[in-house]
Amino acid sequence: MDTILQFFSMNGSEMLYKTWEHLYISVIAALLGILIAVPLGVALTRFPKGAGFVMGVLGVIQTFPSFAILAFFIPLLGVGKTPAIIALFFYSVLPILRNTYTGVNGVQKSLLEAGRGMGMTGWERIRYVEVPLAIPVIMAGIRLSTVYLIGWATLASFIGGGGLGDYIFSGLNLYQPEFIIAGAVPVTLLALLTDLLLGKVEGWVTPKGMKKMREAA
Amino acid sequence: MLKFDHVSKVYKGGKRAVQDLNLEIEKGEFICFIGPSGCGKTTTMKMINRLIEPTEGRIYINGKNIMESDPVQLRREIGYVIQQIGLFPHMTIQENISLVLKLLKVPEAKRRARARELLTLVDMTPDYLEKYPHELSGGQQQRIGVLRALAADQPLILMDEPFGALDPITRDSLQEEFKKLQRKLEKTIVFVTHDMDEALKLADRIVIMRDGQIVQCDTPDEILRNPVNEFVEEFIGKDRLVQARPNIQTVEQIMNPSPVTITGDRTLSEAIQLMKQHRVDSLLVVDELKNLQGFIDVEIIDQKRKKASLVKDVVETDIFTVEKQTLVRDTVRKILKVGMKYVPVVDDKHRLVGIVTRASLVDIVYDSIWGEDEWTKIG
Repeated sequence: MDTILQFFSMNGSEMLYKTWEHLYISVIAALLGILIAVPLGVALTRFPKGAGFVMGVLGVIQTFPSFAILAFFIPLLGVGKTPAIIALFFYSVLPILRNTYTGVNGVQKSLLEAGRGMGMTGWERIRYVEVPLAIPVIMAGIRLSTVYLIGWATLASFIGGGGLGDYIFSGLNLYQPEFIIAGAVPVTLLALLTDLLLGKVEGWVTPKGMKKMREAA
Repeated sequence: MLKFDHVSKVYKGGKRAVQDLNLEIEKGEFICFIGPSGCGKTTTMKMINRLIEPTEGRIYINGKNIMESDPVQLRREIGYVIQQIGLFPHMTIQENISLVLKLLKVPEAKRRARARELLTLVDMTPDYLEKYPHELSGGQQQRIGVLRALAADQPLILMDEPFGALDPITRDSLQEEFKKLQRKLEKTIVFVTHDMDEALKLADRIVIMRDGQIVQCDTPDEILRNPVNEFVEEFIGKDRLVQARPNIQTVEQIMNPSPVTITGDRTLSEAIQLMKQHRVDSLLVVDELKNLQGFIDVEIIDQKRKKASLVKDVVETDIFTVEKQTLVRDTVRKILKVGMKYVPVVDDKHRLVGIVTRASLVDIVYDSIWGEDEWTKIG
């Protein structure tokens, strides 16, 4: 117990900073992922033939070892937070994209016909019908992907991105278990809290009628 | 108000869904398209709001070629109701009803008022406005589906088997309700169905289609009375034709063409012999040219045989007749209500051509209950 307190008094403020750094890297990567993957997912539903190809390519990227991706960006973007964020962004795209595609594709065709028949433009159909109805599935993708990113963001430390990974890797290199714990425990907590928070967000953004429908079912 | 001018639709691969269709629909008319699946009825309907675009020909709404309007704008001016109802589950009833108004950028307060006003048309209370579609029964949902198509006061409404997914009782009450609503609001309706009962009940005119072409386009009465060919007969169904028979047949078609007659110069004993022979209790009295003179029955003969000997001396000339073109239903009423045992049928020159008896009526009722055996012979 004493060692823990001692560790906190020595590294407390630094730890908070690293935690913030960690969160920052993962959240920015996830936001970028949302920004790209959601519109792309909606767009892909318009081209079902191209969709398989794009998803396949992204699936392959997903299988690249994360270390390799991080290393790959060093010659292109150097070291620091930016390459870390961009590398992580690549991992966030696929789950969000796939869920957006599945969610939008899963909207009943009769609703789309009703929308078209009453004179909605393509854009209005996306905005009033497809996206609201796909929100729960899209949110599930965002949640999953963000939680993963928080785990993977530890690797950012390798290319000088900072974050809690710094503690874990110094701990490993210096054989100091307290550093490993000081890195791993906050990462885990961060992931759990984020999952909890995004669960709440999912509840807020899901249209009221759909929530009631699921309760009734 | 709506005009099809040599309209054809050819799908990729050369399938001709609609072929050279010509049709004119008046304002306020209720038109039913009906036919077997794949006959092009839905394609025809969807061409009106350009959900499907015609390959050849032109469609005019109030004289304006629809291909010259913007499809989105066009659809906002035409109501559209589908079989799957298609209410948006994430919107309240109020939002669902007034969605077209929202697309038309009508302010919120007006949309709300309009939704409330429309809801009263189908006898639903305003507290439904804030409910969600899944909280409503199927019948209520489709009522909302119909209201949604009325929201922007569209003069023309397209309906694609709107009541097809409902249970028979709900369907029945909705059909009646809707027909009343249509008359009241004077909407022009294009209604696709495969249910002949529905078409007969609702339509002002029925368009029967097969293989992308119109087979017959007429009022329900006319179609029942004069189906143009076997396909239409088949499609209407023998049951319905038989049931419709008392209403559409003429007396000539059901009468007994050889009533037992006697001429005036015969004796009463000959008359009674004839009655016994044919097991009837009355005879129609005619002259040589078959002109109907009157009748005698066993009662008259019994009372007067002491005073007279010839039929013409006792003939009862006060006799009710019908002409052979008279509709059966009118005759039936007379026979049943007035309590006559039979009615002689005459042609326009008052010549006797047949007789309708209570037994003939039994045949009609029998047919409408048991089917069409006799019908095939007559038809």
